[in-house]
Amino acid sequence: MVKELLPGRRRFTAGSVLADIALVAWFAFALFPILWMVLLALKTPAEQTSTYFVFSPTLENFAIVLSDRGTALTSVDFTSTLITSVISCAGAVLVSLVIGVPAAYAAGRWKYRGSNDVMFTILSFRFAPELMVIVPLFVIYHQIGLFDTRVGMIWVLQLVTMPLVVWILRSYFQDLPEDLEQAALLDGYTRRRAFVMVALPLVRPGIAAAALLAFIFAWNNYVFALILTGNEASTVTVAITKFLGGGGQAYYNLTAAAAVIAALPPLILALSIQRYLVRGLSFGAVKA
Amino acid sequence: MSTTVTGRTQEPTPVKREPDRPPSVPTWRRKARPYLLSIPAVLIIAGILYPFILGSYYSVLNYSAINPLPSFVGFDNFSRVLSDSRFWGSVRVTLVYAVVATTVEMVLGIGIALLLNRASRIGKLFERVLILPLMVAPVIAGVIWGLMYNPQFGVINHIFGLGSTFNWLSTDMALWSVILVDVWIFTPFVAILVLAGIRSLPKEPFEASEVDGAGWFYMFRRLMLPMIWPYILVAVIFRFMDCLKIFDHVYVLTAGGPGAVTRTLQIGAYEDSIINLNYSQGSTYMFLLWVLVFITARYLVSVLGKAQRRAAGAEG
Repeated sequence: MVKELLPGRRRFTAGSVLADIALVAWFAFALFPILWMVLLALKTPAEQTSTYFVFSPTLENFAIVLSDRGTALTSVDFTSTLITSVISCAGAVLVSLVIGVPAAYAAGRWKYRGSNDVMFTILSFRFAPELMVIVPLFVIYHQIGLFDTRVGMIWVLQLVTMPLVVWILRSYFQDLPEDLEQAALLDGYTRRRAFVMVALPLVRPGIAAAALLAFIFAWNNYVFALILTGNEASTVTVAITKFLGGGGQAYYNLTAAAAVIAALPPLILALSIQRYLVRGLSFGAVKA
Repeated sequence: MSTTVTGRTQEPTPVKREPDRPPSVPTWRRKARPYLLSIPAVLIIAGILYPFILGSYYSVLNYSAINPLPSFVGFDNFSRVLSDSRFWGSVRVTLVYAVVATTVEMVLGIGIALLLNRASRIGKLFERVLILPLMVAPVIAGVIWGLMYNPQFGVINHIFGLGSTFNWLSTDMALWSVILVDVWIFTPFVAILVLAGIRSLPKEPFEASEVDGAGWFYMFRRLMLPMIWPYILVAVIFRFMDCLKIFDHVYVLTAGGPGAVTRTLQIGAYEDSIINLNYSQGSTYMFLLWVLVFITARYLVSVLGKAQRRAAGAEG
């Protein structure tokens, strides 16, 4: 029984069977909504309120959502919101990398006066209630013309991506032995060249993971686009809720198709960086 | 290094003494370097700080759409909000949500981590898909669950044979239903962190106490739990903090209703600021929520710091 705590040692016992049953139960619960969403997206409009599991699937909904027909039906230009999401999330990640990587390097490599305060301030934005800054931003954006623009979205999505990038990469730079850069310095490299030629390439996996995770978080954000955009720079998460319609006809199968499309990029990215996920999710708060 | 030690085979004194300084770089530049590298990030944050300060300032004005030329009203908003039963209702909803969701997610998450750690064939398979719910945007999760909860055609009522009269988003059920969605999304987060903690543990103490004939529950409580405590605390911090400011899927599912049974603090602030355009009242809500989050964060982080130091000490 004791062996259950340790990996790699396993026998068939009543306990192990029960454990497997418990696992299956959890995963049935965890995966069912996703399965249901996919099924619903493959159903025809006539079947959209059915609870069948067996039917002849159609890709029609995806075609409608991504074409003018969907726009005409639901007055949501989903393709355009997809493009906005890609541009504003990629933009936010790019800016966060350019600005965040040096800051993460500084924080990971040196202990300087105020370093902990700077890092804690950056992290505290992870826990700040979004509306605290959005309400004033809503007013400011209207005044300076950033409301409902992609630039405005890039700027505000920094709040999501910057803390992530800085905290994840800080722990990568901390793990990097300083000797490597010192060797480069001895060879006559400047500090900057040592950073660019030695440190940066070595943390490249970390940078990729941080960037992808930041992209996912920005992509999944809802509140910023809900309040700071109208029709022009709306993102996919806001667009999906519009498919449910208010008062008018609701298109459940189109909603599901849109949800599947919108969930695909994060799911694919997440599976591709699974190895780095723990460090990313905990923002380097625990070393993993 | 031009050491001229003779007759000894020892290494010359390492060059590391002033590692940072190739001869040409003056000291001030070396000292300023981390600051210079951090300045852009700090500036970005300062740029966000401005709206934050502005938001705090709104809470002492009477600023709204019908009052576009606000005047200073001191703590009027605070005294009004603090004596408003709707505000305290929101506080209660938020705290119930945060405590229940965090507790359930911790229990389930730790359980799943322990089960996955047994490395059965099923476990290996499931570990790969564990994160899927976590990567679905909470608002999309809200949309999916909204369709599944629907009394007329929702699949849940169909599967459990509840008929069309059972309403998951009724006054009695709504809060528990939105918490269930939170559990669905975020239990994998807890499980992943705890699993990482368990995988980082040394094997020897377990083998030793196994030889001593300890039962698995004893080992779990006395050995494993203290060692993975920092990981658990990190999960608690992230979950509890996020629950305090919950918005996305709750808003999509219930918009705070029916009545105000799921009106969390952020939804209350959204109603006031964005729907009713009463910026000052919304900002007052947010300021009070921010204070709540800040105090809780400071407390939990200090607990975490102690736990991490103890864990580090125990290892060394």
